[in-house]
Amino acid sequence: MCLDNLAVQVEGLGKQYRIGERQARYRSLRGTIADGAKAPFLRAASLLRGQAYGAASLRAEIWALRDISFEVKKGEVLGIIGRNGAGKTTLLKVLSRITVPTEGVAEIRGRTSSLLEVGTGMHPELTGRENIYLNGAVMGMKRAEIRRKFDEIVEFSGVETFLDTPMKHYSSGMQVRLAFSVASYLEPEILFIDEVLSVGDAEFQKKCLGKMDEVAKGGRTVLFVSHNMSAVTRLCERTILLDEGGILYDGQTQNAVKTYLKTGMGTTAEREWPDPEKSPGNDIVRLLGVRVRIEDGRVTDAIDIRKPVGIEMEYEVLKSGHVLVPNLHFFNEEGVYAFVVNEQGPTWRGKPKVPGHYISTAWIPGNFLSEGSMIVGAAISSMNPVIIHFYEKDAVAFQVIDSLDGDSARGDYAGPFPGVVRPMLKWTTDYRG
Amino acid sequence: MFRVKGKENRERKENATSRVTSIEDLGVQGKADGVIKTIRILPSRGWVPIKLKDIWEYRELLYFLTWRDIKVRYKQTVLGATWAILQPFLTMVIFSIFFGKLAGLPSDGIPYPIFSYSGMVIWLFFANGVTLSSSSMVSEANTIKKVYFPRMVIPISAILSGGVDFILAFIVLLGMMVFYGIMPTVAIVWLPLLFLLAFVTSLGVSLWLSAMNVMFRDVRYVVPFLVQAWLFATPIAYSSSLLKGKWKTIYGINPMAGVVDGFRWAILGVETKPGPMIAVSSVVAVALLISGAYFFRRMERSFADVV
Repeated sequence: MCLDNLAVQVEGLGKQYRIGERQARYRSLRGTIADGAKAPFLRAASLLRGQAYGAASLRAEIWALRDISFEVKKGEVLGIIGRNGAGKTTLLKVLSRITVPTEGVAEIRGRTSSLLEVGTGMHPELTGRENIYLNGAVMGMKRAEIRRKFDEIVEFSGVETFLDTPMKHYSSGMQVRLAFSVASYLEPEILFIDEVLSVGDAEFQKKCLGKMDEVAKGGRTVLFVSHNMSAVTRLCERTILLDEGGILYDGQTQNAVKTYLKTGMGTTAEREWPDPEKSPGNDIVRLLGVRVRIEDGRVTDAIDIRKPVGIEMEYEVLKSGHVLVPNLHFFNEEGVYAFVVNEQGPTWRGKPKVPGHYISTAWIPGNFLSEGSMIVGAAISSMNPVIIHFYEKDAVAFQVIDSLDGDSARGDYAGPFPGVVRPMLKWTTDYRG
Repeated sequence: MFRVKGKENRERKENATSRVTSIEDLGVQGKADGVIKTIRILPSRGWVPIKLKDIWEYRELLYFLTWRDIKVRYKQTVLGATWAILQPFLTMVIFSIFFGKLAGLPSDGIPYPIFSYSGMVIWLFFANGVTLSSSSMVSEANTIKKVYFPRMVIPISAILSGGVDFILAFIVLLGMMVFYGIMPTVAIVWLPLLFLLAFVTSLGVSLWLSAMNVMFRDVRYVVPFLVQAWLFATPIAYSSSLLKGKWKTIYGINPMAGVVDGFRWAILGVETKPGPMIAVSSVVAVALLISGAYFFRRMERSFADVV
């Protein structure tokens, strides 16, 4: 094995965090006072021993990463996926030296940049021009380098006219555009990126994805953390699937995405309101839960584009005599209102629901949604007169994933596939000549 | 072959964890197509070297952070940078009324206003540095959590940014010297060194406080009190000539006593020539800086996790 063509080598890497323990429920006042009096001294002692981890008593320990080993070749674009809390960001933070590992070794060969956020270090009181320099310097660019790329950065961001305006007067979209423009002109040999594409408006996102394509093809080594399966599938040949701090799968992106899909490691796919006092609703109806289910009944946030997906609403009717119509609102990751659905069917149409416990599910057919995130708002309304009993925006979210097996509506085309929906239509082609 | 399994793997790990350095720069390896920098990331425990080279490498960032602090400091204030002058000037007026006129404190044979103002100018550089710098790690929390750079750059830049305020207040001091007809002596060549001593003291204290502030926000409440008490323990309102012989040397344990005394001597040429006292002050200041730097480096590794 020639070590020379490796950019990143990770061996047995682990990171332990200490998290605050919950306090015991019953404590005597005397004990509390005594502990309170002792605490500053105990803390001061632990501080001097160099073991302090903040003023809270921190005893519980969790491994955010454990036994992580992998290698990345020069020029390889590696995707890192996994549900929230799987350790993706921690891994990038360790590799980019922001935090120190608890065990293991990592070797990085080459100039690195980490993009855990765009616009780090930017200050609202400073002008766009000043912030380009400041942000560039924070991201590790040299002054001469920034000066050389300045015009290009400004052009890419499209904020020329506001260059000498303090950034606090920018719209949030403009701020993100400027920040991303600086980031996209970083020229490291190894780049760590964490989910930065989830910002900015649709048009700018497209521009950024294009830029990412360019970076990936430019022979640079990239470690790319994302929830956007379509972006990962498009940009990375190889992907690591993390789960609970360990590597669950390391290999071809398609397989990694499939494994992610199969294990249904979703978190945003279920929302519950166990406390009726705090649940959305009024004295007529209250929401208990919203879930994203697939045909076999599992709750998951990773949906195969070819398979149907059911959005389930669980609610409690408290007063009789009301016609209650559950409805669901679908938005894509760019915030576009994709569609709305109302409860259908003869059983309940125009009929009041008696008090009790209900579950209503709307099934979206397979080969209908587009790839990417779908954010679902859940509401229950009455018609004539129109009353909205509750509308829970962003109740659940899920990812529609095209594993590029060739039998989705995408066919054999592997590039970007625009559109809010991606229906599988019946085509007829007759040979007429 | 890098990948090792089982027992061998464990040994390797133990080997790695027993290392002291956190991030060891293996240096630059020559390569045909240029140079490739290799970074080894290892767990870190205990005391670690200060690595001045790292800070030097990030000197441009230091420059930009200082520049930002200067630019931002007086934004949205009506009086702007005038505050840099008003702060010491108004304190001088109050001191002159209460300590100079009413209490009749001695001022080494020069008019009391310029006596107290000159002390105030260098004191404020120190005190504002400590105040800004001790909270700097917390106010830069977001940056610390998102980007790597030697963390020490932050408290250093916070103190350096006070340099502009110092220069402005110093210009007023020169004006006052003209007004009172005081000519500087050759001793003025020591001025940069005394300024450096004030910087060293400020940074030493700030490194201790800013690192502690990350863990214990109590520091925020301690600092104003500390600065105020320190002000009265330093010969600004009064002259160190109140102390004689041995006691004056011991007084030098407060490094700012040496700085203020020396500063006054260098610029105004008062008779109180710094003797053994400033030597004591210098030793204490350097000790503060070195211990502070080691303490800071020791705490540094957990900053991003805790702040």
